[in-house]
Amino acid sequence: MTSNPGGTWPHAPGFYPGDRPKIVTSRFEYEDSYTLQRYLATDGYAGLRAALGRPASDIHDEVKNATVLGRGGAGFPAGNKWGLTPQGVWPRYLVVNGDESEPGTYKDRLLMERDPHQLIEGCLIACYAAGLSQCFLYIRGEMALAQERVANALNEAYAAGYVGKNILGSKFSVDIVLHWGAGAYVVGEETALIESLEGNRGMPRLKPPYFPAAIGLYGQPTIVNNVETLANLPWLLRNGAAAYTAIGTATSPGTRMVAVSGHVNRPGVYEIINGTTTFRDLLYGDDFCRGIRNGNELKAFVPGGGSAPWFTPDQLDLPFEASQVGPAGSMLGSGAIMVMDSTTDIPRAALTLTRFYAHESCGKCTPCREGGTWLERILSRVVDGKGTDADLDQLLEVGESICPGAFPHASNEKLGLTAVPFPYRMNTICFVGPSAYAPVHSALTLFRSEFEARVTKRTLIPVTAVGQ
Amino acid sequence: MARLNEDNVRLAREIIGRYPKPRSATIPLLHLAQEQDGYVTNEAMAHIGELVGATSAEVYGTASFYEMFKFEPVGKYLINICGTMSCALMGAEELMHHAEERLGIHMGGTTPDGMFTLERAECQAACTEAPCLQVNYRYRFRVTPQNFDDLVNQLSSGQLTEEIPQHGTLTVTRQHIPADRGVGAVDPELVTEGPAWLDGKAAL
Ligand SMILES: Cc1cc2nc3c(=O)[nH]c(=O)nc-3n(C[C@H](O)[C@H](O)[C@H](O)COP(=O)(O)O)c2cc1C
Ligand code: SF4
Ligand code: FES
Repeated sequence: MTSNPGGTWPHAPGFYPGDRPKIVTSRFEYEDSYTLQRYLATDGYAGLRAALGRPASDIHDEVKNATVLGRGGAGFPAGNKWGLTPQGVWPRYLVVNGDESEPGTYKDRLLMERDPHQLIEGCLIACYAAGLSQCFLYIRGEMALAQERVANALNEAYAAGYVGKNILGSKFSVDIVLHWGAGAYVVGEETALIESLEGNRGMPRLKPPYFPAAIGLYGQPTIVNNVETLANLPWLLRNGAAAYTAIGTATSPGTRMVAVSGHVNRPGVYEIINGTTTFRDLLYGDDFCRGIRNGNELKAFVPGGGSAPWFTPDQLDLPFEASQVGPAGSMLGSGAIMVMDSTTDIPRAALTLTRFYAHESCGKCTPCREGGTWLERILSRVVDGKGTDADLDQLLEVGESICPGAFPHASNEKLGLTAVPFPYRMNTICFVGPSAYAPVHSALTLFRSEFEARVTKRTLIPVTAVGQ
Repeated sequence: MARLNEDNVRLAREIIGRYPKPRSATIPLLHLAQEQDGYVTNEAMAHIGELVGATSAEVYGTASFYEMFKFEPVGKYLINICGTMSCALMGAEELMHHAEERLGIHMGGTTPDGMFTLERAECQAACTEAPCLQVNYRYRFRVTPQNFDDLVNQLSSGQLTEEIPQHGTLTVTRQHIPADRGVGAVDPELVTEGPAWLDGKAAL
């Protein structure tokens, strides 16, 4: 099969390969990329074989040295996370987070549909290196094709001796169990994922303990890793940490998958070089999105999934580097960029996100359960032209009850704003509550005039005053 | 009505056996029940409770948390139209209005002939292909009103029955761990030692 730089493959919807190094998407060009046969013909399970030829602690060191950043949102290095398990407590589990549902995020599904064996191999390498005795692969319920492909791949891999008892004839034995989700965004939060896997309502657990690595599934040490994070491991083990860190920057090595959606000429999924690629490259580059649709101006973009504070053209030259994006007032999150052009109705766009988080609140803590709903209701009323001046301040007040203190936002030259760095303080157990506020806060801070134009210039008459 | 049938009980026991604690199988078994009957019946939830060691109230407590489980019959085809940001930016609202008009029902409703249920859904991880929808969790991308009409016509005339099974059936392939290849569930009450391969030596 010939390579197709810059083009697309109909069997991998939305994916544009370009002419860049590929760590996790190298097989997407093959129509049968998900079969064991294709996998074995393209270096499949060579990383596992290499790993098993060395002591487990060596492999753990290799992953640490490569600084494989978590791709699920928080960007915590996988090798370090594996080291957080308490001494001498057994057994330990691996839970794979394939619940991808953060607004704007589209990469894990492709990795599961197009290259399930790569994910399986990654799981095996993690289990070997970190001494994890059983692996649960939790796939979002709505992803029927991903479940089909992973189930098939697991059946093939078991039959061929790559998973299960005495893998490749060695003393390494581990089962990978495919688990189905059933539709609930908050289950992507790692402690909620574990609750769900125990057969419960998927509500996040109270912290501390902060990491399931200490107390997780069935109260045992549990590593939760994202699909893309684990998909990096086969390449890493075949090529070594030095080759991995030769791509990208020292603090953000390797590549990462990003999805750019909204008002660009070529929305798509791209595997980009980490740390150096800028938002401008991505939105305007020939190899990427080729500019804003219809020659329109860029108005704003969400840089890291629906939870992330928004950027405007002022931030286009920032690279995919957490140590720069954080101080600039947002986060890279799950590699999801949503682009709004000059025609965008900003309050309405913010509402589509706030409604999402308000609906997905699990209800465990009051600021999120009540606050999210309030935000949604007030914002809807403003969008419908039924709001008042007071509503705008009330939005900020409700936000303050979810996240006390200054909320992160980007700088803006025209408005004379300086950035408030990420992260925020929060009164909630998990990030769903703050995420309901983030779009409201960004939109109001950067585009307040659009809200003001929407509301009637009168103050609320207190209920008691009626009829006096 | 319907407890799990014999085949499904066999499957259920196989699934339960993979987990250290039977209750972990609750969601997979609820999917089995939904596949069997098109929705999750009270009898099935009671039955699942017996199988995993929970009360039917506990099973319902879990089930009712998750969007995918339906407790009343829905259409043969459940059409979920995504309305989150990327799809909204690309015309999801218009698509939803069109869908409501074409099918003559509101979001959340089912056509009188029991063929279609329409739902507003949240981000489906296909944001670059907006606006998108799923029919029984099978995708359609960059959907125009014309595409929507064509889809409804094809579904109505039975042209897509092979690609899109009726509501409840997620996959045709299931994981199966052969008895001679599986390690078995690692129960924290039975296993208290570190794995054999952590002996400081290479495994191969
Ligand atoms: C509300 C919420 C939803 C999340 N959803 C996902 C998700 O869908 N997939 C994912 O991998 N991580 C998600 N995360 C992050 C996980 O909690 C966890 O940090 C991640 O899976 C760890 O994997 P990594 O270290 O490999 O990135 C979510 C976090 C929160 C707070
Ligand atoms: S922040 Fe929201 S979703 Fe998270 S635990 Fe609290 S109520 Fe649940
Ligand atoms: S916003 Fe519709 S698929 Fe993500």
